[in-house]
Amino acid sequence: MPDYLPHTDRDVATMLAFLGLTDLDELFSAVPHALRLAGGLALANGEPEPDVLAHMGALAGANRAAGLVCFAGAGAYDHEVPAVVRALAGRSELVTAYTPYQPEVAQGVLQAVFEYQTMVARLSGLPVANASLYDGASALVEAVNLGTAASGRQTVWVSSGVHPHWRACLRTFSRGSGHRIVEVPLADGVSAWPQDPAAPGGEEAPGVVVVGYPNYLGCLEDLSAVRRIADTHRATMVVAADPVAAGLLRSPAEWGADVVVGEGQAFGMPLSFGGPYLGLFSCTMAQVRRLPGRLVGETVDVEGRRAYVTTLRAREQDIRREKATSNVCTNQTLMAVTAAIQLGWLGTQGLAEVALRCARGTRYLRDAALGLSGITPLTGNTPVVREMALRTAVPARTVVDRMAAEGFLAGVALEDLTGEGGDGSVDADAAAHGLLVAVTERRTLDEMNAYLVALDKAVRP
Amino acid sequence: MGRAEEPTLFELSEPGRHSWQLRTTGVPEWGAEELVPDAHRRSEPVPLAEVSERDLVAHFTRLSHRQFSVDLGAYPLGSCTMKYNPKVCDTVASLPGLADVHPAAPVEMSQGWLALLVELEEALCEVTGMAAATFQPAAGAAGELTGLLLMRAYHDARGDRRRRVIIPDSAHGTNPASVRIGGYEVTTVPSNDRGCVDMAALRSVLDQDVAGIMLTNPNTLGLFEEGIEEIATAVHGVGGLLYYDGANLNAILGVVRPGDMGFDIVHLNLHKTFATPHGGGGPGAGPVAVAERLADFLPGPRPVRLVHGAQERAVSNGTGATAYGWAMPPRSIGRVHSWHGNALVLARALAYIRVHGGDGLRRVSERAVLNANWLRVRLSSAYDVPFDRPCMHEVVLSASTLKRRYGMRALDVAKRLLEEGFHAPTVYFPLVVDEALMVEPTETESLQTLEALADAFERIAAEATEPAGVEAAHAAPRATPVGRLDEARAARVLVATFDARTRVGGQGSPGQ
Repeated sequence: MPDYLPHTDRDVATMLAFLGLTDLDELFSAVPHALRLAGGLALANGEPEPDVLAHMGALAGANRAAGLVCFAGAGAYDHEVPAVVRALAGRSELVTAYTPYQPEVAQGVLQAVFEYQTMVARLSGLPVANASLYDGASALVEAVNLGTAASGRQTVWVSSGVHPHWRACLRTFSRGSGHRIVEVPLADGVSAWPQDPAAPGGEEAPGVVVVGYPNYLGCLEDLSAVRRIADTHRATMVVAADPVAAGLLRSPAEWGADVVVGEGQAFGMPLSFGGPYLGLFSCTMAQVRRLPGRLVGETVDVEGRRAYVTTLRAREQDIRREKATSNVCTNQTLMAVTAAIQLGWLGTQGLAEVALRCARGTRYLRDAALGLSGITPLTGNTPVVREMALRTAVPARTVVDRMAAEGFLAGVALEDLTGEGGDGSVDADAAAHGLLVAVTERRTLDEMNAYLVALDKAVRP
Repeated sequence: MGRAEEPTLFELSEPGRHSWQLRTTGVPEWGAEELVPDAHRRSEPVPLAEVSERDLVAHFTRLSHRQFSVDLGAYPLGSCTMKYNPKVCDTVASLPGLADVHPAAPVEMSQGWLALLVELEEALCEVTGMAAATFQPAAGAAGELTGLLLMRAYHDARGDRRRRVIIPDSAHGTNPASVRIGGYEVTTVPSNDRGCVDMAALRSVLDQDVAGIMLTNPNTLGLFEEGIEEIATAVHGVGGLLYYDGANLNAILGVVRPGDMGFDIVHLNLHKTFATPHGGGGPGAGPVAVAERLADFLPGPRPVRLVHGAQERAVSNGTGATAYGWAMPPRSIGRVHSWHGNALVLARALAYIRVHGGDGLRRVSERAVLNANWLRVRLSSAYDVPFDRPCMHEVVLSASTLKRRYGMRALDVAKRLLEEGFHAPTVYFPLVVDEALMVEPTETESLQTLEALADAFERIAAEATEPAGVEAAHAAPRATPVGRLDEARAARVLVATFDARTRVGGQGSPGQ
């Protein structure tokens, strides 16, 4: 019976005797007999670790995707994660700590999060960033909660260029919050905001406007137009920004963003079948009292030594209960620390270099792919930087299946993101024939050339 | 622990120093001006720290020495279930066949992950007595909100508009926060003098407007809700649902199941009960399991076993074994996560469940409850035990007498324990106990460790009788990386980034 329990039979007997009990069952005397589980759990008995590893290894072996050369993105990217980041992020002091409720013995995590907050703020250009949220989608949901609270209006204009899954999360949570989510369609890959800046049909003006930068199809949106809409309606401007592309692009803050959210997986997290990832969140100082989740601040201890502590705690659920700005408690701290380590490893030049290499690879593959007879652009001539949507002559799912046999994860079929029939971002035909392709700094010229050969075959009827 | 102050990475930075190395790709080296339109291109790189790999390693290693953790010592933080995290789970989470799978990979190429999730769902349903589960919620609070949206969808589908959710006054703070964000009003019911839900008070607030009740059982006082059957009958009687906050599930594995108690919706904290590490505050995982009548509302798409030939994209995994796929529940509330939840955390939990098995999980709870009761009895002479009867996996002590007689508060006890090499218990929670010290030893601490912890608790209480002892406690902790912090200053002069240091008193101050 494998387990990790230190009790010897003698310990158990000694402890029971100390309690005046004769049997472990007596520990559960408060549980009504009628409710107790007779016969125990219908689960197999415990197995030794090597057996469990063999089982988990067999499951892992059944994931053929792990062996494919990855050209899929859609918010989850195959970036370099060096040995040093894995080693540091795996240190057990960081892995096996709880939330830093006792700051005197949690300076390691607190300072690492402080450094992370600094890096996230520098990426967005905004002055303050929180200690992390669950993922990009949850960061967006929290941004919309903040924006509606700030504006006092429940209507939210969301560009359909925001990742379809993130929009789906907004719709889900709006059933509780009562927010009215209005999805603005795309034309040629960028948001087609209402021409008349006034709200359509006498409806409530937007309290929040949300846009992707670049959007999920890889396109660069005109953020100045979004700022104008936000100004017209005194709405909160939320930008869902790709933090790697940020290495090349003007910061959302320069465009006037009030809140910037993003998915931080690219900073040191493996693809991980979708999690744990990292929700990036930063905002203006004017909104700091509405910030969701934890925030680490600097202070001093009794001897005047520099120290870090979670601060502005009166926003949080354990203090404020139903009046809290968010219900978030456990966040993704280890992922935030991982991102800080990865960004420390990349440094100023490394991040710029990664972004540049992504853009170069994207340019190369896009130009070459568009020279194939079965490939046409899906977003017109709109500039893209690190991801692109291609229209394939045969359904994109077919392309993905055929390319897998050639050793490539060719991309993500848009239909798998938008659902069959498309959505505000692409129509049904574009959804079925749209292939979202990402090129990271890890993709070599040889891999791309082999990909193009396979793609040429895969798009034939 | 490391006592030397550690500069920030930004202070260690030196322009031109670097540690990054990227693959040789052979891709044409176009310049940024050829790739990004002028209007969008940044003029200067994002300023980050510039350090060597050696300095990076030294920095984060020194930081880790300033951090207490389960691997370092006992962490009896009540309600948090800080048990030992088996290392084999780290190995599982780093298997390339799990870690290197893209979340949008077609089902044919992610059969192992789908099989893993289905196996875990079945195990968690067995443990909770539920019919189906979702893995999308990334933490307990996300699970709560998901559960409340399920509650709403269930009532809405019956054309039943209900506005209120009942919460005991001993509940975790996430409960009322989730209720409000879920669009409901909170109705609080008091605890009775036995620390359980006051039945008369509960009955007085139950009516057709009640969507449900959120309970933790055992509750945050570490006590089993004795009247759970009566509560379930009463809430179901007005058409409400029972929500189980799984924070304290570690007490009852294989002993009693939420489903058998009458609960309809359960969230689990895999980072508590199932030993996935807390990571300094996450990632967790907060799967939600539900009774059959709620399964159609679960978030989706969900991993499912496919009936061969039943679905277009159903495929064999090549061995003739059952294949797996995704399915959207017919009346799903929709997505609550970017992808499928904190998948690698889920893989760790499955490994933990398989090592322990059904028999081992039961032993986990027995030992957890044994340890907590041993501490309760041992410490009942030195500390107040407000509800002094057999507890479950944790015991709530009180420093009320120590404070009244000697001026030694729960906070002082906590800070002194840090000096003794232990993590502190949870303090001032639950709110219904004065000067609360909530102690959860977990099952992985040995009798020797419990004795050492109890010795430390008793020593601190004994010191309270001497003025010098009280003074020392007020000054504690001193052997730690830093002493007590000026928390008011942190809030008053907000410095939440390295850059804000230079703006202190200016833009760095909150509320301007």
